[in-house]
Amino acid sequence: MSIIQFDQVSKRYQASNDVLSQVSFTIKAGELVFVTGRSGAGKSTLLKLVAAIERPSTGTVLVNNQNVSQLRAAALPYLRRKFGLVFQDHKLLYDRNCFQNIALPLHINGLTGTEANKRIRAALDKVGLLHKEKAMPITLSGGEQQRLAIARAVVSRPSILIADEPTGNLDATYAADIMSLFSAFQQVGVTVIVATHDADTMTEHHNNVLHLQAGKLIQTLAPIPAWTNESQANIL
Amino acid sequence: MIKNWINRHLQVIQQVLVRMRLHGWSTLMMCGVIGVTLCLPSLFYIATDNLNRLASDIQTQSPISLFLKLNATQAEIQSIERQLKGDEHITSYHLVTKDQAWQKMQKTGAGNTVASNIVNTLDKNPLPDAFFITPASNTPEAISQLQSSLQALNGVDKALIDSQWIKRLNGLLQLGNKMVLVLASLLAFALVAVIGNTIRMQILTQLAEIEVSQLIGATKSFIRCPFLYAGALYGLGGGLIACLLLWTMVSFFNSTVVQIAAEYGSQFAISNQSLVLNLFIVLTATAIGWLAAYFAVNSALVTYH
Repeated sequence: MSIIQFDQVSKRYQASNDVLSQVSFTIKAGELVFVTGRSGAGKSTLLKLVAAIERPSTGTVLVNNQNVSQLRAAALPYLRRKFGLVFQDHKLLYDRNCFQNIALPLHINGLTGTEANKRIRAALDKVGLLHKEKAMPITLSGGEQQRLAIARAVVSRPSILIADEPTGNLDATYAADIMSLFSAFQQVGVTVIVATHDADTMTEHHNNVLHLQAGKLIQTLAPIPAWTNESQANIL
Repeated sequence: MIKNWINRHLQVIQQVLVRMRLHGWSTLMMCGVIGVTLCLPSLFYIATDNLNRLASDIQTQSPISLFLKLNATQAEIQSIERQLKGDEHITSYHLVTKDQAWQKMQKTGAGNTVASNIVNTLDKNPLPDAFFITPASNTPEAISQLQSSLQALNGVDKALIDSQWIKRLNGLLQLGNKMVLVLASLLAFALVAVIGNTIRMQILTQLAEIEVSQLIGATKSFIRCPFLYAGALYGLGGGLIACLLLWTMVSFFNSTVVQIAAEYGSQFAISNQSLVLNLFIVLTATAIGWLAAYFAVNSALVTYH
């Protein structure tokens, strides 16, 4: 069953070239998909289109068979709650502690009280930050902040998890930690979409890849064997 | 569902109160500014309202004087009296005959040399019979209508009221009421601007939270909620301060006003004990705060998508 479907989607910001042009693909429920490509290839834009933060200029985006462009503005917040978002710059709130950061999506969903507290601690536990629930985010390391952002993304149990460059500024050990977290979520049935410019990260996993180059989708592989990139590199 | 909703709102109010207490001094200043601003039109209103009250006191004290012709016959007087009795526009009346008036004049003249000289030079009673009439209504229109109908009675020489004076006073009071309205509207606008600006500053310090909340699926009303409460609470605080200030000022003035009134043999005192006025001030202030916050947040909300 397809959970996300792009059909001939183009996106153009005012007075610029197409950031994405004529992109079509389908993501099935429960898949782990990587979106790859260099900086500026359109990865972030693609994720924003998936999460209904941006609207396509042409083409249709279907999420759960709902046409995102045709949704009323008032319905969008409810669609967005289906997603867990991990942003490139974390977007943690530095005026409150870890626990309160994770509480935000639950409050938005109207969940408070002991049930909310249970879920928050479960999410913190999952990313290994339970002992830091009272700490302020600014005191955490880069890797811990990223994990906190992931905990916030998953606390309301979304069916789709979207992460934009989650391993961007992390060294290899931390990055591997984070990637295994995403695998774990996929294994419990969450659809996971990860944008990365880091080819190493994805080759370790045998998964679907959407490779973008200058706004065009030039490769949809499913699944790619670990040796592909190496052999391509050897040939080149 | 409803319990969750109430819980959430209580939580938001608590969160707003905590933030206000954290910036206690500026919160107090803000409420003070609102209170003082509200005080101005309210004081003006209390002034015109009390003048109005004073004026209607005076008006009820000033009857129409109905002077009869010097040659009015007893039959004419009785006929006039019958008509006065039957007129529903008249609360009460009393007759002072020319003899009674003459005696009274001589009596008051006895202690006063000038007056007694005048009385002594007169060899016959120059005074007419007169009815003193208290009208049922205090409005200038009703009084002048009554006056012309009395004037038309047989045997009446003059029906006198100081209607010009009442008209002028009423005109001035109406002008005062209009000024209260204009002043109140202008200051309400100023309040919207001031409160809106404060809320906008708060929004600036919470832009990150607003952005993230919108991105992860918060509805606009969710984001607006704490700011609306903040605005309404500022208004509420300001309204209460305004009531307190008004009460203090009126008590302060009253000690003097009562003294002056006593000199004139009146028991007049300024009143602002009207619960309605105080309630009106507080509710209006709260509404203005809420409205200002609404405008401020709406202009800060970006529409994603």
